[in-house]
Order: sequence, then structure tokens, then C-alpha cells
Amino acid sequence: MTSPLEQKKIKITGPSVVTANRTWDGAVIWRTAAHGWSAELADAAIVRTSDEARALLAESVADDVGAVGAYIAPVEIKNSGAIKPGNLREHIRSEGVTIGPSVPA
Amino acid sequence: MYAYDELDRTLINERVSEFRDQVKRRLSGELTEDEFKMLRLQNGVYLQLHAYMFRVAIPYGTLSSKQLRALAHVARRYDRGYGHFTTRQNIQYNWIKLAELPDALADLAEVGIHAMQTSGNNTRNVTSDQWAGVAPGEIEDPRIWSELLRQYTTLHPEFSFLPRKFKFAITASSHDRAAIKIHDIGLRLYRNAEGETGFEVLVGGGLGRTPFIAKTIKPFVPGRDLLSYVEAILRVYNQYGRRDNIYKARIKILVHELGIEKFAQEVEEEWLQIRDSALTLDSSVVEEVRSRFSYPVYEKLPHMPEELKKAAHDPLFERWRRNSVFPHKMPGYAIVTLSLKPVGGPPGDATAEQMDAIADLADKYSFGEIRVGHEQNLALPHVARRDLPVLWKALDKIGVATPNVNLVSDIIACPGLDYCSLANARSIPIAQELTRRFANHDTANLIGRLHINISGCINACGHHHVGHIGILGVEKNGEEFYQITIGGRADENAELGALIGPAVKYGEVADVIEDIVEAYLALRARPDELFVETVKRLGVEPFRERVYATR
Repeated sequence: MTSPLEQKKIKITGPSVVTANRTWDGAVIWRTAAHGWSAELADAAIVRTSDEARALLAESVADDVGAVGAYIAPVEIKNSGAIKPGNLREHIRSEGVTIGPSVPA
Repeated sequence: MYAYDELDRTLINERVSEFRDQVKRRLSGELTEDEFKMLRLQNGVYLQLHAYMFRVAIPYGTLSSKQLRALAHVARRYDRGYGHFTTRQNIQYNWIKLAELPDALADLAEVGIHAMQTSGNNTRNVTSDQWAGVAPGEIEDPRIWSELLRQYTTLHPEFSFLPRKFKFAITASSHDRAAIKIHDIGLRLYRNAEGETGFEVLVGGGLGRTPFIAKTIKPFVPGRDLLSYVEAILRVYNQYGRRDNIYKARIKILVHELGIEKFAQEVEEEWLQIRDSALTLDSSVVEEVRSRFSYPVYEKLPHMPEELKKAAHDPLFERWRRNSVFPHKMPGYAIVTLSLKPVGGPPGDATAEQMDAIADLADKYSFGEIRVGHEQNLALPHVARRDLPVLWKALDKIGVATPNVNLVSDIIACPGLDYCSLANARSIPIAQELTRRFANHDTANLIGRLHINISGCINACGHHHVGHIGILGVEKNGEEFYQITIGGRADENAELGALIGPAVKYGEVADVIEDIVEAYLALRARPDELFVETVKRLGVEPFRERVYATR
């Protein structure tokens, strides 16, 4: 899970989204097709080419007041159409820590 | 406890106001994230996976009960009801909201706590022995010198933009509990042959990508010259330390590349110019700081009170006492370590309820004082031995009396990929599984002292290089793997561990550690030969064979 903060070139190999943290509270958010942000991965805009990814990232980064640290993250699209995180790091950001019930939600 | 003066209080309050304004300007868009980032970092605010993370300093690991209650309050009011004690005597909150941070800082400021310089390329929180002032055989309380360094380095303009972060640790005992040899500057207070107290100064220790054990740069620096000598080191580092490559920017790289002799020569030349300057600490300055530390008025108490004799019949109490209670400089008193390593729990975490309860117990049984150790446990430093049985029951009730201190399940772990944006792999679930595997206290006692340290990435916040067994999370093709080292240690005989072989998968780590421990039990020369001693005697090979023979 090389940190996406070290992401230099934009080259995607599958469906991807743009994710960030909300500025005022740090919550995990995803860029939507309506040019806004959502706290639900299901609302995320899906990009499938590097050009699309670059454009979505550019508009996300431009919203410096609303979001911090935007980057492109891989997702899986299930047969049902559901969007699932594409790696463990994104799974943890989306679903929460994996350390059990000892931590309050 | 150290009592802050008006200057300290003003400085902390002004800092809160300043940061409140900066946050306001950030949220309004007046400051961009690029402009704001350094400002938030200088106030201990990181951006992690799920949220902002807020790191609060606990200088030299000393807390009053009032301060611990304030930490509990922040956990409850502004976070999710718990905090994480780190390997550098800080506490971290994982879910803090930027908009609420100024209020949290203001609440902490009321009890003299702040987050200044808990991040950024400056001098960080000065850490010390968690038993400072109460350890038997200690030369003198190292917190006096820690406090002098804290005052001297806080917001020091020359050291606010160093090539990279800079960490001090101080001990005044022959047994090093402050891990001074893995710090940028390590200071060992001792008395020389002439009866004068001063410091052995070590430099260039550190872990991370390129680990080094610190080297002695000067065997003896008198206390009066401490600040000028330290300043000379920092000046040489500031001038020659690399700013072009973050991975080569720490002082350890400079010391390594120049060689300790050349580096020492540079420092000596610098020092000669500033030695007899305003930085000289005359005894009145030291005494002024010393006088602001208050110490308990101890009673004359028996070493073996009736309460203790009676409780000795309870095997559960005895097991805890033998493990978690340590000698105190005063007869009739003890130091009690509170394990924040329950079976199945995240190492170093404490809930707001636990913190409040510990604060109450500190008031009742430890003159209102609590200590934080770099092993991510707490301590009550002044407990009358007669109170041990009743204290044990109270600690057990709140889940901080697991008798595993210094044993295999007393694991140091960084937050890892569950929280940290730099991590490559998870740390906490590995620790949790290991505590379950080694939950049997008889087995843990049979194994004896064994420190497992886990880091979720090469930055080594979990001190894996100096764990008796070190576990480092790495990533291979999107999957978590773990490198295992053995033979490291962070005490006065500090050493870096040696890699035993190829990295293993997440699901195999606990099995591998069990294999290593079983190999140790079979190989040790006698029951009291510690794990690290067996590794030292036999080397890595027998352990490598055991682990990889069937894999």
C-alpha cells in the first residue's frame, strides 16, 4: 500500500475515484459526478481513463476550502453495481479500523 | 510536578489564540492548505487516514491528575472517547475535528498542556525516564535538566526550521529506561571521578529508514555547559545537515557521513565560541527550575506492612505485584506500572473513563502524579506499599492491571495502517493477535523479559529495530508482509536487531513469532538467560532455521 500521498504520475488501470478528507472535520469524502463531495463511497464519480482521472483530480484539488489531500484511489465495481474499495488502505478509510470492537465507532 | 510560571502560561495562551486565528483563516479560505500545513504541524495536527490526528506533548512523561483529567476530557468532548499514548511521551487523538481544535487546545492550556513542537522540523518533546525522581540509585532528577531544555528549545527561532525533526532524551540512571541511544541527542547524567555531576552526550541515534545507535560525542559535559554544548551541536547540524533529501536530513546521517571524530571537532570549534556566553547555566538558574518542582512529603513507612503480608496469600495479587510493582527510592513506597496492553487490546490506548479513574487513583494513592513511559504504559510513581492490595483491585477493575509488564505481550506498536497515512501495513491487529497467543501468564513468565516492537512502515514509530523481536510491515504488490528482526534492544546496551529472513505474510506473523519463542526456550542456556542474551550468544541462524525450515 504505497502511500497515495506519494502519487506522482496519474496512470490508472481500472475504475477509480477521487477521495480526500473534509477540511473542517477531516472526515473521509469522495468526489461526486455533481462536482461536490459525499461521505458515501456509493456516491463517488467513477473514472476509467487517466484523462478522466486527471480532470476529476484537478477539479477536486481546486476545492481547497472544502477538501484536503485529494488523490486517486482504485475501486472495484461489483456485478450489482456496488462500489467497493480497491485496496486495504481504502477499505480501512471506507469501512473503518480493523482492530475490533474495542474502539468506539 | 513542575509548576509553570506566568511566562509559560502566557506563551501557551498566546499560542492558542494564534492557532485559533489560523484555523479560522484556513476554514474561510484565506489560508490555503499549503500555507496552513506547516502551521498545523507546529501545533501537533496531522492529517491521517480517517481524520486529523492531534498529538499532545507530555514533557518528560510527567502528568498531574488534573492534567490527566483534561486529557480524558479532550478524548470525551472532542474525540471518540479514547487516546493513544505514544513511544515519545505524547498522547494522540485520532478523530479530532479541525474546527474544534482551538477549543481543545484552550481546554488543555488551562492545565498547562500544549501541542507545540510535537511535529515539524524542530526540537520535539524532551523525553525522560518515567521513573525520574523516584528511581533508586538515580544521580538526581533528570526532569530538572529536561525542563531546562524544554524552556530553551521551545519556539527557539534558530531551531524552528531545522533540516529535520530533532529529539532529546535524558536519563540519570545506570539502567536506561528513556532509550537515549536512539535519539538525536541522548544525555546520561552521572557523577564523574571528581564527584562532579554532568552529562555523557550521545549524538546521532535514530531509527527509521537508516537506523543508527547514538555515539558518544563528549564523555563529560558539566551541567553549567549543557545548553551551550547542545546549541553547538544544533548549530553544526543546522549548517551542514542536508535539506535536499528528506531521507538523509536527520543528524544521524550527518554524523555517519562526517564520522563522529570530525563531527565532534566541528562541534568543539563552535562550542569554544559560545561556551562562556549567556547560555552558561549558573547554579541559581538551575536552582530556580529545581525549586519549581514539588515533591511528595513521604511518610516513614515499613517495607513490609501488614496489608501486604495479608495480600501475599492471594496468588493473583502476588502475580501482579511481582510483575508490575518496582522498587522506589523511599522505603515503604513503590512505583507501580499500569499496563495499557490488555489481551486483545490496542497497545497504548486508554479510554476517557480509564484516564479519569487513573487520575482519581493517583490522587488517592500517588500524590496526584502519573507518569507516561515510552513503552506505552503509565505509572503511579509514589505508592505506599501498604496501599498496593487495594490499588491493585481498583486497577484491575478498570483493566490496567494485566501482569504482563516487560513480558512478551507488553508490545510496543505504532498505529499502523489502521490510522496512519504513511503506513504500509497494519500493526495493531498483529499486536492484538500476539497478546492472545501469549495470554497465558505462566507461559509469559516462563519466557521472561521479551520486548516485541511493531512498526507499520519504515519510519519505525513502533521502534521495531530495537525490539528484542522487531516486526516491520512492508507492502508487496498490494499485500501486507512483515520483516522480522531479532536481538535488538533500546536500553544502555542498545543494539539494532538482525533480519532473520524473507518477509512473511500477515496471517503467518503470529505463527513465526511463536516459532521464534519456542526456539528460544529450547536454546537458552539456563532459565534466566534472556531472549536477547540467547540471540547474542548464538546469533540469528538457529532462529532462522526454526522459522524457515518448514516454510
